[in-house]
Amino acid sequence: MHLGGLRCNSTTVTLGTDVATTHDAKRISRVLWVDRFLTFIRLAFVVVIAVGLFAFIAQQIDPQNPLARWLNPDATGLTAPQFKGLLVTGLAQGAMYGLIALGYSMVYGVLGFINFAHGEVFMAGAMSGMITSNKLADAGLWEDAFLFCLAFVVITSILISTAVAVIMERIAYRPLRGAPRLIPLITSIGVSFFLQNVSVVLLGPGAKSYPSLPTWLSQKRSLLGFEIEGTKLVVLLTAAVSMAGLWFLVERTKTGKAMRAVAEDKEIAALMGIDVNRTIVTTFAVGGAMAGVAGILWGILFRSVIHTTGFLPGIKAFSAAVVGGIGNLGGAMAGGLSLGAAEATAPLVLLEPLGVDGVSQLRDAVAFAVLIFVLLVRPSGLFGERLSEDDRA
Amino acid sequence: MTATSENLSMVETPGVAWRKQIRFALIGALSTAFIALAGMPVGLDGRSIIQPVLSMGFLSLLWVPFVLATIAGSEVVLEGMTARTRDSKDLLAGGIVGLGSAGGLVLLMVLIQNFNLRDPLVNWSPQLLNLLSFNRSLAVGGLLWVLLGLILGVFGGAMHVLPKKLCSRIRTVVLSVFAVSVLETFLTDLLEGFRLEVLTDFVYYKRGGLEVGGALLVAALALLIPLLVGTRIRDVKKQVVDLPAEERKRVNLILLAVSAALLLVLPFFLGKIANELLANVGLFVLLALGLNVVVGLAGILDLGYVAFFAVGGYTTAVLTSPNSPGFSPELPWPIALIVVVVLTGIVGLFIGAPVIRMRGDYLAIVTLGFGEIIRLLFLSDWLSGWFGGAQGITNIPGVDVGIGTVKGTDPRSVFLLVLVFCAIAIYVSWRLENSRLGRAWMAIREDEDVAEAMGVNTTNTKLMAFVVGAVLASFSGAIFSAKVGSIFPTSFLMLVSIIILVVVIVGGMGNIAGVIVGALVLIGVLGGPKQPGLLQEFSQFKLLIYGALLVWMMLKRPEGLVPNVRRTRELHQDEFLQDAWLKGEIDTGDQEELS
Repeated sequence: MHLGGLRCNSTTVTLGTDVATTHDAKRISRVLWVDRFLTFIRLAFVVVIAVGLFAFIAQQIDPQNPLARWLNPDATGLTAPQFKGLLVTGLAQGAMYGLIALGYSMVYGVLGFINFAHGEVFMAGAMSGMITSNKLADAGLWEDAFLFCLAFVVITSILISTAVAVIMERIAYRPLRGAPRLIPLITSIGVSFFLQNVSVVLLGPGAKSYPSLPTWLSQKRSLLGFEIEGTKLVVLLTAAVSMAGLWFLVERTKTGKAMRAVAEDKEIAALMGIDVNRTIVTTFAVGGAMAGVAGILWGILFRSVIHTTGFLPGIKAFSAAVVGGIGNLGGAMAGGLSLGAAEATAPLVLLEPLGVDGVSQLRDAVAFAVLIFVLLVRPSGLFGERLSEDDRA
Repeated sequence: MTATSENLSMVETPGVAWRKQIRFALIGALSTAFIALAGMPVGLDGRSIIQPVLSMGFLSLLWVPFVLATIAGSEVVLEGMTARTRDSKDLLAGGIVGLGSAGGLVLLMVLIQNFNLRDPLVNWSPQLLNLLSFNRSLAVGGLLWVLLGLILGVFGGAMHVLPKKLCSRIRTVVLSVFAVSVLETFLTDLLEGFRLEVLTDFVYYKRGGLEVGGALLVAALALLIPLLVGTRIRDVKKQVVDLPAEERKRVNLILLAVSAALLLVLPFFLGKIANELLANVGLFVLLALGLNVVVGLAGILDLGYVAFFAVGGYTTAVLTSPNSPGFSPELPWPIALIVVVVLTGIVGLFIGAPVIRMRGDYLAIVTLGFGEIIRLLFLSDWLSGWFGGAQGITNIPGVDVGIGTVKGTDPRSVFLLVLVFCAIAIYVSWRLENSRLGRAWMAIREDEDVAEAMGVNTTNTKLMAFVVGAVLASFSGAIFSAKVGSIFPTSFLMLVSIIILVVVIVGGMGNIAGVIVGALVLIGVLGGPKQPGLLQEFSQFKLLIYGALLVWMMLKRPEGLVPNVRRTRELHQDEFLQDAWLKGEIDTGDQEELS
């Protein structure tokens, strides 16, 4: 399932590799020092990962063994529950990244540019969720009719996020269609910056919290040998349901077909009687709705939101989309999950055994390093990108 | 072909587009309501423009009807069309836009009176209501706003009806009064340097803003000076342009030398505040010139540019400060600078090499990632043994230049030092722009494949852009750490990269003069990420304005305030083609078939 999927799947793959190999052959014919340097960086990445894993295994076997001691004198090792906890936390966050990544991926598939401001659409969802849930809590409804309230909150924040995304497209991006590639990209940075600061001037600069959740939701449950907090379970389930809904929309409806056609080739799609502008708006709206859902999930997971909430998750979600292969919706979700898991576990699994202090501070750095590594080793993402020829340039 | 263009020249532009006016009225309503809710009227009320009459707070609302009415009234006159004569309908159109803008505000006032939404919206306060209704009842306030909106809207519409010359006069007068008021801190400082306190006392009110008399004086000067010397300046300009090339070059050189000398003397007539301000502007000029090479010339969108600034700053700190935790050679600044330049160049290569082959937008996000990684590393406990983590590195000595030390406590010396480095950076950028390398950069920006086919080594050329950009940023970083005396990871947020980008884009990508103007206008007036500008009251809104400005510039004027000719051509290619077609300069295939 992917945008631009009108093309037969197998041909896409072969075409892609053909192009890649001829391209590489041209490069290799005159080996530049840059290529050597890149190979060196790739190797360095691999070596760090291998040594880290090796040290981790050594440390897991016995924290006192000389290798683990030598690399990290304070090695303690991870217990199984600790590791499972990290993994679940990472996957829950990763599912959220995946939901945001869908918006990046769809817009990139259709318009061929990074909508930097998509993280702020997510922030708008989280903010509106905060406002409505607090209002409901003030009215005393939040505790009594929690599920009803949650549904209401989710619907409002989906509406707000969708509206923000659609208005953004109309005002900032539509006039720029056909402009040089950098122009819409810079515009989206401006939009992102603007929306962040709109939140500051309208709602105030401080962090705002969600009302507390009922205990039956937040308590831990054991499932398949994992101890999962209810909230994380909700996040994973919601992500799965949204993903299924999106799959149905893109693959089984006429709107989805139109979206895939526009992603493939705008002009031909227009000739086939598809309203390109409307389809692009739909794409933004669907991406916005997903970001709205992710916003509420953020609220449930962290119960706190601030104007910069959208920025880092936005960048990471874009990384997730790239990791999964941009334009490829299943890939976006898979990329999100793997990025989330990597970011949660890698500091303790790879870096701690190497003797790096204060590894938890390096979580974000790990996320960016994953992006750089994937782009260096496999620029089309783990599951292959689905882009029209124009956008691949 | 000729027949076509003659036919077209008969066509007049269509009349007033009423739907457009109504759309702009709605935009106006939303804008005024948003500005009011953003807290600008209340937050900026303390800063007056003309003492008892007009404050910045009210100005933040009043410009909306006027400017929107002017924009709504402007019509595109395509090549081959003639502009219609404007009449009273245009005034009415302006009035509609003005009424709409005022309407938004009135509606907001009614809502504030009847509902309480203070909880999510922090500025939803009785204070705002009082201010908006001029401390009177809602009805009086609302009526006043409707009147004001109507008058300003009609005025905005009138800008198309009145003769062009009169309009430009009005514009000059209004803008100069505004500019003189905004530049208050700077001008007072300068005039005090010349012992002209009498003048400032007359023009400015004691606690900020112009006196009414002062405003009148400025307005009169703005009206008279162009009348008196305008023609003479035009004559001199014409004479210079008519000179033979060699003579003109000499005149240009003399002008350059005189302005350089003036700039060198200027700091001695300025007080602390103005010098500090200009030193900050200079630091950003350096950064923006560096980013201009990367984004403006080579067309590579580097969003992690702050990384080079950080590396420059931290390396200087480590090499010169006695408090540097890991390695502290306590080198003198000039020697440290050499190491800094070499090291930052290498970091430029390191960051540049992996990203150079990526698609433009991937490159943007990966450089952003690098910028964040470098900041996180400086912040981390892991490397705190070298860089001090969140505590940073303190006690960085100033620059010893023989006659004295350049330190943050003496902004004049900092400004002079910055000036020297700006001069170097300007010279380097100027020479590079016209060199083989510069032309290669521009070729890559326009079309990488074609450039490669023409024999440009794209990889090395792009890497050179990274390195040159990095070195210019490292100058700024080195001066920054000597100026501030201590260095923390919080000075190198991603925000800084974006602000430098805004400076480059607003000024004009690929144009040295543009970049300097951009830094002066933005950093000087609004302020940098942490440095206050002339309008200190704006500090809570400046990032909002930066964001809005970036979007607006990209939509309406991507070539910037001071455009680069070639860049403008690239960005407006479609329009040029269209006009050329109407003029019959380009032969399109279908017309050949017709003939």
